[in-house]
This record gives sequence, structure tokens and C-alpha cells, in this order.
Amino acid sequence: MAEPPAYARARPGTQPPYLYPDYASTVKRSPTRPLIHFEHTLSEITGPSFASDWAGPAATDLTKQHKGEPLGERIIVTGRILDEDGRPIPKTLVELWQCNAAGRYHHPVDQHDAPLDPNFTGAGQAVTDDDGCYRFVTIKPGAYPWRNAPNAWRPAHLHFGVYGGGFVTRLITQMYFPGDPLLQYDPIYRSTADEAARLRLIADYDPDLSEPEWALGYSFDMVVRGREATPFEADNGR
Amino acid sequence: MAAKLVVTPGQTVGPFFALGLDRPEWADMTRGSPAGERIVIQGEVRDGDGAPVPDAVIEFWQANAAGRYNSPEDTQTEKKLDADFIGFGRAATDAQGRFKVTTVKPGPVPGRGNALQAPHINVAFFARGLLKQLFTRIYFPDSPENASDPLLSSIEDDSVRRTLIARRGEGGAYRFDFILQGKDETAFLDL
Repeated sequence: MAEPPAYARARPGTQPPYLYPDYASTVKRSPTRPLIHFEHTLSEITGPSFASDWAGPAATDLTKQHKGEPLGERIIVTGRILDEDGRPIPKTLVELWQCNAAGRYHHPVDQHDAPLDPNFTGAGQAVTDDDGCYRFVTIKPGAYPWRNAPNAWRPAHLHFGVYGGGFVTRLITQMYFPGDPLLQYDPIYRSTADEAARLRLIADYDPDLSEPEWALGYSFDMVVRGREATPFEADNGR
Repeated sequence: MAAKLVVTPGQTVGPFFALGLDRPEWADMTRGSPAGERIVIQGEVRDGDGAPVPDAVIEFWQANAAGRYNSPEDTQTEKKLDADFIGFGRAATDAQGRFKVTTVKPGPVPGRGNALQAPHINVAFFARGLLKQLFTRIYFPDSPENASDPLLSSIEDDSVRRTLIARRGEGGAYRFDFILQGKDETAFLDL
């Protein structure tokens, strides 16, 4: 069998490190031994397909999951899942979770003194179309305090998980909003050294996506790892 | 060649991921009646203080019992695909940092060149406090192929290599612990 074409590795600084002491929880949870470098095999380049509906039904409108309308600013978040070469990833699962407009998660561990919204859970999922596009309708999440440092606040964010083409392309990330003054203080956002990579985490406000008298539109593309040069070229380059 | 786009940085799943990621039914990868030996793998996740990690979520990807991945990239047509086995699962840890996944034992799969890889399950590991996933593999103690497996053979330190091999645990289940730091730290992979 031909050697499978490997996925490219991250350029220095474009992904966060495991140990980033400004984010205190990394200190006891990051590996201390060097990672073991391993060339990709079939195990790394294959990955789950979501083309059939085994992952469950789409849930793309988070404002319509209860009897009433949730409180907060209605938003549309849409974009494409692309690889590094700009190729769209069709039929891949996109999972979304977030807190409500007041900054409280529908989760028993979240004890922030802000109201729960009986009309908002904050979870959704979609499978990308043939052009790699997804689209959610939701509520703009609130900022909330956390105990990383005294008076620390997380900027408003959506959590996204996507798969891409292979097991190693899996990406779980967070989407932030443009112009948020909390970003400069947030160690999770700041943990990626490369500025161009960091800016990938901030959605664009797009007036063409906003719907009159109804919702503000944001575009957010997520880029997953792409292929290395063909194995033939890679082998000759060594 | 056009300039590459920069890949989106990973960001932690945070402490509240269960809202979006916890799907208890995905912890049983044997939906339907797949061929092969049905197995249970369970264990604990512990941090650098030895404390249980109650907010980790673990994803599993593996070949079927014949050693074929359910993916168009796996062109081993001589091995049968199993309509009842996707090969993907997910399990979150409980309040005591424990997880459990039910699956079938994978067959051996090809490695690079003419190498054969011993049966293994590929793991992506997420938690609060991890800005991006950790990768590792779960191997089995009773596979004769372990002796010539390219990854296991590349690890010189036996105490490190051992962290990738599940043990036989209670009730016939396999036991595999994820130790994030310290003496028995799990070997994690740079993929």
C-alpha cells in the first residue's frame, strides 16, 4: 500500500503550549516529559466520518429549543471549515456550547451569581454542507468571572469543536467577538504567541450577514490541519 | 503553491464542556453487533498532585476487529468493513476522575513501509487546563505484535513504554490510567 500523505505539523508559535502558567490550570495538567514524535500512519490520517446521520439530528437554532425566547442579543454565526490549503471540509461535525447572555452556563458546576435562562441551554450541532459551511442562530454569550486570578473575567466566547479529515485534524477552540476589551487580559486567548494565529480566534462582524430587525451576523471560519507535500516529494527532501 | 492559511489555535474545553460534548451513548462503540471480541476499558485520570481529574473528555478512534478503519482513506479492501462499527467513541470522566468505554478489540493495522502495527486505540485527550488536545495510544498486554510495533519499539525506556499498554483489570476489563504528570506520567505523542 502507498504511504499515506501525512498531515502538516504546526508552525512554531501558531498553537498554544501545554504549559502556560498565566493559565494556572495548565501547571498541574501539562505533560512534563517531551512528547514522542511519530510519523503518521493510517491510524493518524483516517478519522470519523459524519456523512451519515449517526451523530444525531442537527440543532442549529439555539433560540428555539424551549417554549419561550431566550434573553439577550440574537446573533447568527456562520462560516466554513477549511484546511490550510483553503479546501473546504464537507460533512464534518461542528459542535457548539456556550453560556447564556448573563454569563452563566447551564451546568451544575457553574456557580456564578448570574441568572440561568429557562429558555436557553446553550448547546448545538451541525454537519457542514458540501462547501464546508455551517450556520448557527444563538444568543451572544456574556462575560463571566473565573478564579484563575483575582478579578479575572473571561471574554465572551463560543466553544466550538470540529473534526476535519483525520484523527489528528481534530480541533476544539473558542470564538471571540471583535473589539472585546477583555481579550488583552485573557490568558487563554493570549496563550498562542503568533498574532496572525491568535486573530483567527476572533469572528468578523459582517453587516451582510445581519438580518434586519432580527439578528446581528458574524462570520467565523475555522482552519484545520492540511496535508504535507506528497510523500514522494517529502521523501526526496530528506 | 499558494500561501497556507494559518491553522486555528486550540483552546481549552473548559470545565463546562459536558453541555456540548458529553454524550454517554458514545462511550459504547459497539452499537449494533460488530464482529470481534467485545471489551471494556476503564481507568482514572490524575493530575500532577495525584488528584482525580473530573473534567476530562477522551476520544477514541480505532480499526475494526479485522484491522480496517471505517474511512475512505483505508484502502485495505481485503479486510471487511463492519457496518455495525464506526470506530469512534467518547467518554467523559466522572466526579472521581474515572472513565469507561466499551468497544471491540481492534485488529492490527499497517504501519509505514512494510511494518505492521500492533492492535491499538488512538486517543485524543481534552480537559480543563489543556489548551489543546494530548494524543496517545492504548495497546493491549496480550498482543504478540507489540514486540515489533514501530511506536512501542521506538521507546527505549521500558517504564515509559509500559504506560501505553493497558493492564488486565477487575472483571476481565482492561485498565488504562491517564497520568498527566509525575513518576508514571503517560507517554503522550507529538503527532
